Amino acid sequence: MSEPGSVGVVTPQRAHFPEPLVLKSGAVLPSYDLVYETYGELNAARDNAVLVCHALSGSHHVAGTYADRPKSLGWWDNLVGPGKPLDTRKFFVIGVNNLGGCYGSTGPVSENPATGKPWGADFPFVTVEDWVVAQARLADQLGIACFAAVIGGSLGGMQALEWTLRYPDRVRYAGIIAAASKLTAQNIAFNEVARQAILSDPDFHGGHYYEHGVVPTRGLRLARMVGHITYLSDDSMAEKFGRKLRHGEHMYHWDVEFEIESYLRYQGDKFAGFFDANTYLLATKALDYFDPAFDFDGDLPAALARAKADFLVASFTTDWRFSPARSRELMHALMRNGLKVSYAEIDCPAGHDSFLLDDPQYHAVLRAWFDGIEV
Amino acid sequence: MSTDLIQVAESGRYDFDVIARWMKPGERVLDLGCGDGSLLKHLREVRQVEGYGVELDPANIVACVRNGVSVLQIDLEGGLEDFEDAQFDHVVMSLSLQAVRHTERILDEMLRVGIEAVVSFPNFGYWRHRQAILNGRMPVSESLPYQWYDTPNVRFFTIADFEALCERRGIVVHERAAFDEGVPVTQEANFLASVAMYRLGRRA
Repeated sequence: MSEPGSVGVVTPQRAHFPEPLVLKSGAVLPSYDLVYETYGELNAARDNAVLVCHALSGSHHVAGTYADRPKSLGWWDNLVGPGKPLDTRKFFVIGVNNLGGCYGSTGPVSENPATGKPWGADFPFVTVEDWVVAQARLADQLGIACFAAVIGGSLGGMQALEWTLRYPDRVRYAGIIAAASKLTAQNIAFNEVARQAILSDPDFHGGHYYEHGVVPTRGLRLARMVGHITYLSDDSMAEKFGRKLRHGEHMYHWDVEFEIESYLRYQGDKFAGFFDANTYLLATKALDYFDPAFDFDGDLPAALARAKADFLVASFTTDWRFSPARSRELMHALMRNGLKVSYAEIDCPAGHDSFLLDDPQYHAVLRAWFDGIEV
Repeated sequence: MSTDLIQVAESGRYDFDVIARWMKPGERVLDLGCGDGSLLKHLREVRQVEGYGVELDPANIVACVRNGVSVLQIDLEGGLEDFEDAQFDHVVMSLSLQAVRHTERILDEMLRVGIEAVVSFPNFGYWRHRQAILNGRMPVSESLPYQWYDTPNVRFFTIADFEALCERRGIVVHERAAFDEGVPVTQEANFLASVAMYRLGRRA
């Protein structure tokens, strides 16, 4: 086998869907676009497609780089490529920017056909279920009747799970990584803090900030800082920053004293510079609402009875935002339905963000799993 | 000889053959300490049994996934409390009982989660082991291949000890098979067998 490589330079594509989409909330999106990328080739049998679902701030840009921006590496480039665990010589891999996103798919920054102005806060609530329906329509356009696998981490893992419930005959394998079948109260609480940071920014203007020529940078920055703390582990933060001081001594001022402050401010500023606040609000609500057991009186095994796929569930020992206990709960519910499921609890120090890293054990499990999928 | 027996004899592992014979096609099986999943793979091939393995070792998790065996990376010492009563037809623990600290609890849990349990263990009463002790040394053999200072085993017991425990805890021995390094032993098992295998149930 040759050295694992990159999928190289990639170009996003756009699909238009002129027919209306009735959303879970009851609202109707009259028409929409989805931006997506593909890597590898769809085989003649059309049975080697793998859908990669993105998390809160992710996008369709899963692997490779853009021609004009050499540093624009896809967010799961360590996983996807020729010779990598999700091998593009075998699989046809698809990344889609979800509805309500800010990377080109129809979202709050798009024009509302009813007003001619950006949707802003009037963009309807979108749920994990809505995203999966929209992704299925894209699969229809691409001529993919059944995915070899659907995989995602965090909020992306929720989409992979929903795929197995909404379209049990359209997904053979599902990879649900660092995810949960529903958020805990604590997890929703973090999302609410993030939302309040944005909603209370004077530049938010009720979500119609585009018209005022401003963006709620301070709110979005705070939201990201809170989120970032929860994505790392206490240990990884201690190892990376500890109590390291910027100036080597206590300055008794409000500027950066500790290196962790500098890091959080940097991450917050970077994020607020490109991400859309309305998209962030919508995506956190999608996380909160997801709960397939809700319509089954909280009975998760009953909710999963429709599923037919073979599952891989993986969690990380230091992930406290989506703890291993939540993954084990899902594992048990799948097992009670007699479904094939493997569960890996990866000992990785990096917290929730571990799912984006190339931890050797994590990638060995994924490689073995993808190798076992016949196409 | 039935076709079944010819098929199961092909595994090359006498203990796998016995376990396969004790199971019916389509059963639900949980294999505790499943290693690389080779028993479950064998049961799938000869008995059409789809089971789940429980394992902690990272390399074995990868090996099970490679073998197409469903494996759950959970710690057995934490018990099986998240499993339901009678969730499985058989809960298997192959050559691992002696390595579990909470012997009674795991046996109870196996017979709660499973309708029946299948266990196998090295017999400390095996004559070569007795001979080693008489000579003043801890036994090292094919079934107990470790030195006293590096053994993962934490419980050392004989066939007689195990059956006394079963009696005391109301565990019924449905079947027993005993072997001396792969050869069946039919008499004086506690003296002549290096490994014992049991199919266990609860007193009705």
